[in-house]
Amino acid sequence: MTSLENGINAFVEQIDTPIASFFNSCVHCGMCADACLFYTETGDPKYTPIHKLEPMRRVWKRNFTFWGKLAAMLGLSKPVTDAELEEWEPLIYDSCTLCGRCSMVCPVGNDITYMIRKAREGMVAAGHAPDGLKGATVRAVEIGSPMGVTWKTVQAQIKHAEQDTGLTIPVDVENAEYMVLMSSMEVVNFPEYMGAIARIFDQAGVSWTLCSDAIEATNSGIQIGSSDIAAQLVQRIVDGAEKLKVKTVISPECGHAYTAIRWEGANLIGRPYSFKVLHILEVLDELREQGRLQTEGMETAKLTFHDPCQLVRRGGVVEEPRRLLNMVASNFVEMPDAGVWNWCCGGGGGVSANERADELRLKVFSRKKAQLDAVGVETLVTACSNCRIMLEDGAEANNMDLQIVGMAETIAAHLPTKTSTTATEESSS
Amino acid sequence: MKKQVTLGEQLRQRGISRRTFLKLCAVATSAMALPPAMIPRVAAALDKAVRPSVIWLSFQECTGCTESLTRSHAPTLESLIFDSISLDYHHTLQAASGTAAEAARDKAIKDFYGKYLLIVDGSIPTKDDGVYSTIAGRTNIDMLKEAADGAVAVVAVGTCASFGGIPYANPNPTGAVPVSELVTDKPIINVSGCPPIPVVITGVLAHYLTFGEIPALDSFGRPLAFFGESIHDRCYRRPFYDQGKFAKSFDDEGARSGWCLFELGCKGPTTHNACATKKWNGGVSFPIESGHPCIGCSEPNFWDGGGFYKALSTTTRPLANWTGAAVVTGAAVGAAAGVAAKRKRSAAKRAHHTVTADELKKKEEA
Amino acid sequence: MTAEALLAWARGPGMQIALAVFFLGITVRIVEMLLIGRAPDLAAPRKSGVAAGWRTVFHRSLPTPGMLKRSPLVFVGGYIFHLGFLIVLVLSVPHIELFHGVWGIRWPGLPRSLIDLAAILSIGAMVALLVHRLVDPVRRFLSRSGDYFAWTVTFLPLITGYFATHHMLLPYTQMLAVHILSIELLLIVLPFTKLIHTFTLFLSRWYNGAIAGRKGVAS
Repeated sequence: MTSLENGINAFVEQIDTPIASFFNSCVHCGMCADACLFYTETGDPKYTPIHKLEPMRRVWKRNFTFWGKLAAMLGLSKPVTDAELEEWEPLIYDSCTLCGRCSMVCPVGNDITYMIRKAREGMVAAGHAPDGLKGATVRAVEIGSPMGVTWKTVQAQIKHAEQDTGLTIPVDVENAEYMVLMSSMEVVNFPEYMGAIARIFDQAGVSWTLCSDAIEATNSGIQIGSSDIAAQLVQRIVDGAEKLKVKTVISPECGHAYTAIRWEGANLIGRPYSFKVLHILEVLDELREQGRLQTEGMETAKLTFHDPCQLVRRGGVVEEPRRLLNMVASNFVEMPDAGVWNWCCGGGGGVSANERADELRLKVFSRKKAQLDAVGVETLVTACSNCRIMLEDGAEANNMDLQIVGMAETIAAHLPTKTSTTATEESSS
Repeated sequence: MKKQVTLGEQLRQRGISRRTFLKLCAVATSAMALPPAMIPRVAAALDKAVRPSVIWLSFQECTGCTESLTRSHAPTLESLIFDSISLDYHHTLQAASGTAAEAARDKAIKDFYGKYLLIVDGSIPTKDDGVYSTIAGRTNIDMLKEAADGAVAVVAVGTCASFGGIPYANPNPTGAVPVSELVTDKPIINVSGCPPIPVVITGVLAHYLTFGEIPALDSFGRPLAFFGESIHDRCYRRPFYDQGKFAKSFDDEGARSGWCLFELGCKGPTTHNACATKKWNGGVSFPIESGHPCIGCSEPNFWDGGGFYKALSTTTRPLANWTGAAVVTGAAVGAAAGVAAKRKRSAAKRAHHTVTADELKKKEEA
Repeated sequence: MTAEALLAWARGPGMQIALAVFFLGITVRIVEMLLIGRAPDLAAPRKSGVAAGWRTVFHRSLPTPGMLKRSPLVFVGGYIFHLGFLIVLVLSVPHIELFHGVWGIRWPGLPRSLIDLAAILSIGAMVALLVHRLVDPVRRFLSRSGDYFAWTVTFLPLITGYFATHHMLLPYTQMLAVHILSIELLLIVLPFTKLIHTFTLFLSRWYNGAIAGRKGVAS
């Protein structure tokens, strides 16, 4: 088969009852445009979310509707061409972060994000994925990380963290309660994450481990839209967790990794997990609720929280970060549209890995800027390294004076000093 | 030829006073829907009008139309008009019978050729060469054509003559047709109704006598003066329709309160006639006033209108089974299409192309 | 063909054909769609998707935060058109009689003045939405001939119904025939155009709500 045929075949594979229902229901009201930051910030109608699905809609019509089949039989309709897929590639990859706002507003209830995720299966099978994402995916498969991070780099990180905290970072410990995953960004850009986790878990008396075979939580396969590759990447984690016989796998401060491991993973490998998957925010909140997470002192600076799309709208982690922040911050304010209606940083869904989209991404950051300007904070907390980099990038481009931090390190900064002393003693003993 | 007696002379001979004559003229004027200012003109015209010869042919009918005319109360405009025309042939009303009766008709046709008015009630059967109704051995078709030839105009009285009426209704075993299908070269005035309102018939005749021409007609050839408005528009129960107050059965509170009969099948909205204004039995009442919905008898095909007691907005055919069958068939067809769609997906899954890193690398490099 | 004959045809065979096509079409399309199937979700759910699906079926009828401000015309116009259309369709007495005639069930109707008001508002909203579709960049960009066709076949029953009851443009009998025929046209094309959303939107909303609900999100 040609690449195009592979792509069309993948579209047909992906079309299920919900998608048929969604395409049937669309009335072209255009409300999804008003929910999409790529439209609101550019005013270009081609960024209307449902329009991004035009090739898939045509495949649906041709293969799954009476008139479409009839027209195809009589030669009255043209099949989707390779040139069209090429034309749609930037629409599906560069101008959609899979943020899910359109799915929340559609009056007929179309889950447009669900469709775009599936449409990418057809695009990548047809060979129409952005080079940046292809590169990241190849690195994820071959090296183990989209950023090319190897276990050696992680080991160096571990050493640093152990030196900083005076704690031992457990590696490949069997039967631990938690297996901690990381995103490459946390390894490369935000090394404070590992230390923060070590200190918090130590204080809470949690048994945990890293897995040398499965450290990477991110999943380029999900972003590029290849279930084949996504399954491969998830399988590594499943194998690691099952090998170490852990009870729970913790998704790091990353949005799409959570979607990949928590919601898509079991479906990708075709069986339910034998372990639980929680986001680090859920774990921290559980510890807080059990009284195992103690903090002291309060941030007095005005701060706000940026909800990563994959955690709120597409993940259901909504209240946890708020409860945690209220533990350590006395001046926590919410941005307009915070929570499930939050606006995307602009770099989700693989957009950040796609250099071609950089200019557009920075342009649509104006939405986030407007949200931030409305509250005027000094500190912005988030729980996704990708969001964090995008926010830093956007803040820099817009000359915004903003400190952007992760949730775990914010909590770790307020751990009681006494406990940390004990921890040091314990680790040295 | 008979002596040319004017209507005025005739009335004076019968002792009708000028005052009574003017009153009758006022009634006639209003019946023709003319303004009161026209009364003197109407009076002058009627005074000088010459008794026209009229031939009345009854075909496939029930005599209801004749009954309607003759049962009106005297002294009325009807009697005035009928006294003032020379009804030379009407096989129900005339004394003569047999050959004498036929001879009277032949004579009238010959004497007043090109001048007489032809009134027809009843439809004309055409199937099997018209054998289903004959008079003195002649078919209705034959008799109508002969009489119409010399007529100045034809007045089709009643719905049967106007639109075919009941004989014309499905399945129309006699091949009945209205006058207009057989007579195409003469002006035809359709005075429909089953039966028509007497004053409407006489109003038309009064108009002809007064002006010597036929009145303005609607698209069905009916005098606009009487058929210009719908029953519904002039119905005294109309306010209840607008308020949404409807009788649901013939003995409920709504029926007793005189509410609108739309839901009981009233065809007033699509029926054009003067019942609501001229009324019946000397202006006493009309069907809706006595609690029965209008059955639309002055409209074409009223007998096949889908039931007198079915609301106008409903379908005329039972559809519950029909829709049920459509759903069942739809489910079957849908299931077949669904299975085909499922197969298509399974085939696509079997033909699945596995995306590999190598392939992405190649593409990236390319 | 006379108006009476046209009306008789519309009330009889016409309605028969239209309803048969309508029910057949709707059933075919929905059954076909349902049978395509979907893979079971193997991820451990946070909450039941079923209840969340039903919640979204109803909840999605309410305006979403902020969107009322972003597309006020589509929202307000959409509400007025849909509600007006529904009121006229379901609460006008002649229509109730039609339902009674077909299925034998009946319910109280509204006075004509209120039906008129609903019809006028609905017609006005449809015109506004059409203008918006022609003028607004996004709507114009998205619109295809099918959108204008769907608008037309939806608009015709409303306007002809209004004309018929008010004796405008054509004699009542003719206008009533045209009105019934326009409804028959709407019934016939509904299953095969985007107007099928009348039915599929419930399914779509349910799936949307269920997918989100399993993740613990109220969509």
